[in-house]
Amino acid sequence: MTEPMLKLENVKTIVNKGASNETTILKGINLTINDGDFITIVGTNGAGKSTLFNVISGNLPADEGQIYHNGADITTMSVEQRTNFLARVFQDPKVGTAPRMNVAENMLLATKRGEHRYLVPRKLKQNMTRFTKLAASMHNGLENRMTTATGDLSGGQRQALSFLMATLKRPDLLLLDEHTAALDPHTSRSLLHATNERIHQDHLTALMITHHLEDALTYGNRLIVLKDGQIAADFKGEEKKQLDVDKLYEYFED
Amino acid sequence: MNLITSAIGQGLLWALLGLGLYLTFRILNIADMTVEGTFPLGAATAVTAIVHGASPIAAACYAFLAGMLAGLITGLLYTKAKIDSLLAGILTMTAAYSVNLRIMGKSNVSLLGHATLLSGFSGLPQYFDTVSLGLIVIIIVTALIVFFLQTDYGQAFIATGDNPMMARSLGIHTDGMIIVGLAVSNGIVGLCGALIAQSNGYADVNMGIGTIVIALASIIIGEVAFGELTLNQRLIAVTLGSIIYRLILLAVLQLGFSTNDLNLISSIVLAICMMLPQLNNILHIKEPFLKGVKTHD
Repeated sequence: MTEPMLKLENVKTIVNKGASNETTILKGINLTINDGDFITIVGTNGAGKSTLFNVISGNLPADEGQIYHNGADITTMSVEQRTNFLARVFQDPKVGTAPRMNVAENMLLATKRGEHRYLVPRKLKQNMTRFTKLAASMHNGLENRMTTATGDLSGGQRQALSFLMATLKRPDLLLLDEHTAALDPHTSRSLLHATNERIHQDHLTALMITHHLEDALTYGNRLIVLKDGQIAADFKGEEKKQLDVDKLYEYFED
Repeated sequence: MNLITSAIGQGLLWALLGLGLYLTFRILNIADMTVEGTFPLGAATAVTAIVHGASPIAAACYAFLAGMLAGLITGLLYTKAKIDSLLAGILTMTAAYSVNLRIMGKSNVSLLGHATLLSGFSGLPQYFDTVSLGLIVIIIVTALIVFFLQTDYGQAFIATGDNPMMARSLGIHTDGMIIVGLAVSNGIVGLCGALIAQSNGYADVNMGIGTIVIALASIIIGEVAFGELTLNQRLIAVTLGSIIYRLILLAVLQLGFSTNDLNLISSIVLAICMMLPQLNNILHIKEPFLKGVKTHD
């Protein structure tokens, strides 16, 4: 039996340690993510969804417990090192791209995610055809704006670019942190479609936080409900298919 | 004519200061005060080296290395000790003052009777030696920066200044980038100090005062004068901005101001350039003239 792609063992995070307002956000998370899982995550505000992502990405330390990637302990690995196998798309379109660099330059940066960068010519022209083709796969005109500074793109195009950049170099695990929440309903839906398409085509392993219960039910093969820093429910395969919005909504009532 | 040639020569030599600061101020988005200490540090290092028998070229290299060291210290204070970038620069700048006095042994050291980089151009008409030296150095340094920024490493460097959070999420070690940027930037400023000292024929412990304003003036005048440009063109605009700045100073001095007024004039020129976007809102000065200041500021 091979090791799971990612495994969290009794992970706890505490903020304001030692102070009077010390709070435990994640209260012992046990989670095994297998290769090819597309897991949607729902939960109330403050349930610890973003904290979970921050702990996986290394932006927040796990105060207790262990995290394993393909069986190797990565609990104390730095953010930069983890980017070698991990990519993330944030909710805010401004976070994912460099505003003064153009679309192609941003994509070029992403091709070397987690790698050493050397004093060698960047080879932008040689990649242009490939980048333009990828941009066209987002169906929002991004391919016509390859030399536009990303700061001048629409939020939807910018977020589509962030998503492309996260998947340009195949990540072992893709973290989607409400990546369509800041977009209008139409743009949001089309990015979600493109996301789903790409995840299936490339057989990516992904975690997606969302506040839309319908989306959480529609997409993915597994659904996790986070509640008060713990996994309240974990629906897989058939179990998830049987689930409906009303049933899921019960987890949000006290 | 001679005065104009002289101003162009000075503009070319001082342009190095603007290029050095461009790396931190415009690309990394850090206002680095270290340069006020690095500039005289470069001058002190070069002059002391020449007086002790070093060749003018070797002296300039030592000045570059000394500048890098100062930048490295600011970089470590900022990224590792988490001291605010402005304060980290001021700390290094202040410390450099004492170091410069130690290096020189007194507050002013003359190069009288020693060969300098300009001695190599002695056959040329007056002031053309500075122009020639300035052109050679500026072309080399600009070409190296252009090459650097177009490499994988350089692109990561730009991304670090543009969006540090995204840079980290792509695995770029932003702290390392900032340290390297500050070191290289201050190395160039140190080199500038060495060239100015060799051109003036002396180093003075107080020669750093006002240098950050001069550097900013080159950058901002270049942006105001030439509008929207690509990154490479912007680097050239810094040199042209530096020359324009010298010509403005020349014009002001012709009006009867003394060299003692230079720092006041520099600040006023820079302040006016930086106020242009605001003034435009009130006075509606024509748009194209201002494009450069508005974008990316």
